[in-house]
Amino acid sequence: MPAAAAAAVLLGAAAAIPNAATATTAQTVEISGFAFKPAVLDVAAGDAITFVNHDQEAHTVVAQSGAFKSSGLDTNDQWTVRISKPGKYPYFCSLHPYMKGTIVVRAARGMH
Amino acid sequence: MQRKDFLEHVAWTGAGIAYALSAGGLMTGTALARGVTGSIDFVQISDSHIGFHQEANPDVSATLQSAVNAINALPDQPKFVIHTGDVTHLSKPEQFGTAKDILSQLRAPLIVIPGEHDFIGQDYNSFFQAFPTPKGGKQWFSWDQNGTHFVALINVFDFEKMGLLGNDQLTWLKRDLAAQSRSTPIVVFTHAPLYALFPSWGWTTEDGTKAIAMLQPFDNVTVLSGHIHQVVTHQEGNIRFATADATAYPQPAPGTADKPGPLTLPHDQLLRAIGYRNVVLEKGHAAAIDDRRFA
Repeated sequence: MPAAAAAAVLLGAAAAIPNAATATTAQTVEISGFAFKPAVLDVAAGDAITFVNHDQEAHTVVAQSGAFKSSGLDTNDQWTVRISKPGKYPYFCSLHPYMKGTIVVRAARGMH
Repeated sequence: MQRKDFLEHVAWTGAGIAYALSAGGLMTGTALARGVTGSIDFVQISDSHIGFHQEANPDVSATLQSAVNAINALPDQPKFVIHTGDVTHLSKPEQFGTAKDILSQLRAPLIVIPGEHDFIGQDYNSFFQAFPTPKGGKQWFSWDQNGTHFVALINVFDFEKMGLLGNDQLTWLKRDLAAQSRSTPIVVFTHAPLYALFPSWGWTTEDGTKAIAMLQPFDNVTVLSGHIHQVVTHQEGNIRFATADATAYPQPAPGTADKPGPLTLPHDQLLRAIGYRNVVLEKGHAAAIDDRRFA
């Protein structure tokens, strides 16, 4: 197993299952206390990014660019997005627009 | 002035009031005679968050039903009931359905304006299908009743700014107010507060100062809002501002917690922190605002 894939498994959550083509990992953004944690998340293209709302209040996840948007996330609701195009994706909660975060997508870790 | 006296007053002045109810029970009528001055009473309810089921209020449908029952039991029925938004918690079809089932039991005509929780998913249609505006448009509106000019503004259309009226609405408001005499009592409804009540929690309207400047010349202006789930009053010149309690759950007073959001209280205390509001406007007087809790 190449080092990159091993590193991806170590850095990612248990759900990460590398396959022959690419190694993606599962990443989580916790929503609690009206904040996205971590506020800036680095991922590889294609990684599963899961947002989990721990607040009593509902929240949403909306990309400023319009690239992605969740529905309303109730308490304990989860929503997962995968972004294939590398770049910087600032996002906010449309119910509380002062809640902001950024996802930084790097080129996918290829395994050939 | 009591309602009975008002009716006599109307008869005495020979002015008539006409109402037309649409199929949805919405008020579409206006005062027949402009410049009629008497008194008018109405009810404001707000922030029902149908679909919310957390500990701050496990049964928000029941507390909205309590409001409807209390309003229906008023011996003198209000001229209308206005809901100032966040009817639902997550804009889901079944949440709009439940809200409509409960609110349609009101004996008085119902008017509803949206809050940001009613537009989740950047979807405006679900709200306006459930609660059409009196004139059917998907926007702000105004009407005249008993000598008072009522304005329903919508400051939750923009998702990145909470709240915002926008230039189209401000242009409309300027024209709408230009047709009013300075002595005409003006009542403005918004979801989020029109002034900077507590901006760091989103309890503001970013371009609200422009609307407030347009309202300043009038002798008697009342701005009634929701959004913050508690009564906060404020005065600027002749403009009186008052946010309303929710029917769902309270939120912390500005700055008393790290963040806004549902405030969990023991059940008996919850019922003392939510309710509805009765408003009476009499000629020459500031609005009499009576906030009534469920316990």
